[in-house]
Amino acid sequence: MDFTFLASTMVTLLKAVPTTLILFSLSIFLGGLLALVIVSMRVSGNPLLSGFAKGYIFIFRGSPLLIQMFLVFYGLGQFGVIRYSFLWPFLREPMVCAVLSLALCTAGYTAEIFRGGIRAVSPKEIEAARSIGMSGPLLVRRILAPIAFRHALPAYSTEIVLMMKSTALASLVTVWEVTGVAQRLISQTYRTMEVFLCAAIIYLVLNFIILQGMALLEYSLSRHRRAAPQALKA
Amino acid sequence: MASLELLGFGSTGWGALLIAATLMTLAVTATALAIGAVLGAIVAAAKLSGNLALVTLGNIYTTVFRGVPELLIIYLIYFGGSSAVTSIGKAMGYEGFLGLPSFIAGALAVGIISGSYQAEVFRGAFLAISKGELEAASAIGMHRGLRLRRIIMPQVLRLAIPGLGNVWQLSLKDSALISVTGLAELMRTSQVAAGSTRQYFLFFIAGGCLYLILTSLSDRIFNGAERRANRSMPAAAMGQA
Repeated sequence: MDFTFLASTMVTLLKAVPTTLILFSLSIFLGGLLALVIVSMRVSGNPLLSGFAKGYIFIFRGSPLLIQMFLVFYGLGQFGVIRYSFLWPFLREPMVCAVLSLALCTAGYTAEIFRGGIRAVSPKEIEAARSIGMSGPLLVRRILAPIAFRHALPAYSTEIVLMMKSTALASLVTVWEVTGVAQRLISQTYRTMEVFLCAAIIYLVLNFIILQGMALLEYSLSRHRRAAPQALKA
Repeated sequence: MASLELLGFGSTGWGALLIAATLMTLAVTATALAIGAVLGAIVAAAKLSGNLALVTLGNIYTTVFRGVPELLIIYLIYFGGSSAVTSIGKAMGYEGFLGLPSFIAGALAVGIISGSYQAEVFRGAFLAISKGELEAASAIGMHRGLRLRRIIMPQVLRLAIPGLGNVWQLSLKDSALISVTGLAELMRTSQVAAGSTRQYFLFFIAGGCLYLILTSLSDRIFNGAERRANRSMPAAAMGQA
């Protein structure tokens, strides 16, 4: 194996890591916010709102992310309304389009994961909160959201890893993140295996860090489930 | 309407090409799923074998192919496969570049990815078979092959249907990435149609709708298959499954 080539490839690819991380964190953040909106519509009980949420989830989970990304990147510019509006300077940027479509897509999946978490909250806990006079935003903030988030965490960490992999698609709308740079290196050098190896290691390390972080978060949120010290046991 | 004409089956319409591309997407996904089923069964068996070397190999396979972006794996198989074919060609006396056919490269790449997910599905299904049944089969003197064929396989297939449904949906959407190799599947054809007519929005919406039809239809088929496979099971057990 040619170690000097591997090292120089690694250095080139590592320079693209910040772009990947920016794509990843922005779309997770925006997608999470949007998912909260969608899931509250979905469980609102209002047929119009929950119908809209169902449709949103169906569309964004049922079609490939790539076609959504191309729709945003190539499709939106076709309309004069958008092309000549104040939004165009932003929507012209590949990075903005990539983040937008990644966030829209992950919101569909994340909303379903959050809904699963909400359904796992025991009705007794809600009843108990109601019986002491808690309702509305306070109930959501103190009882529903923390418990639902804890239940949703394992599935949500899988979704986050999937998102890290999805950032690779941004290379197809000319954002030069790790996969895009790797592809350029492959087509310049034809040394597929070496470049692939370096890029794969970068993604595996990033995913490993994410999963460890999520496991740590899960651990710190489940203090009540851990074995109590002997003296406290009733 | 001009846009209806573009989507239609007339001389200026892309309808027939889009339908052919949809069939191509189905064909390449089905081939990928079959490749993945073979790989997945082998890897699941390796991970369940208890042999340290085989378990480690199985773990490396599932970790790498579930942790690396699908697009990179497609680049690896397409470019790597092509240079392998070229060097074989050189050894046999043919000069110049030989490309791996994009259908084969694409189906292989998506198949390898889906294999890593199917391995986990099969492993989970195997672990869900009650130990008592396996012991009972051994107790009445069934040898390994017969036990595999009569007890393990039918149950693994039944228990794996929901998981396989998920893998199929994943692969169907992953198959859109094969468009980077130039295979005329649904994504690629929508892209070509969009580019040559400058009607990007129209054709990406049309392509997206065709994908939605495929995913929702296959959802129904897998739900039906699940019901059919569970028809002899007690209702309470089905609720748990």
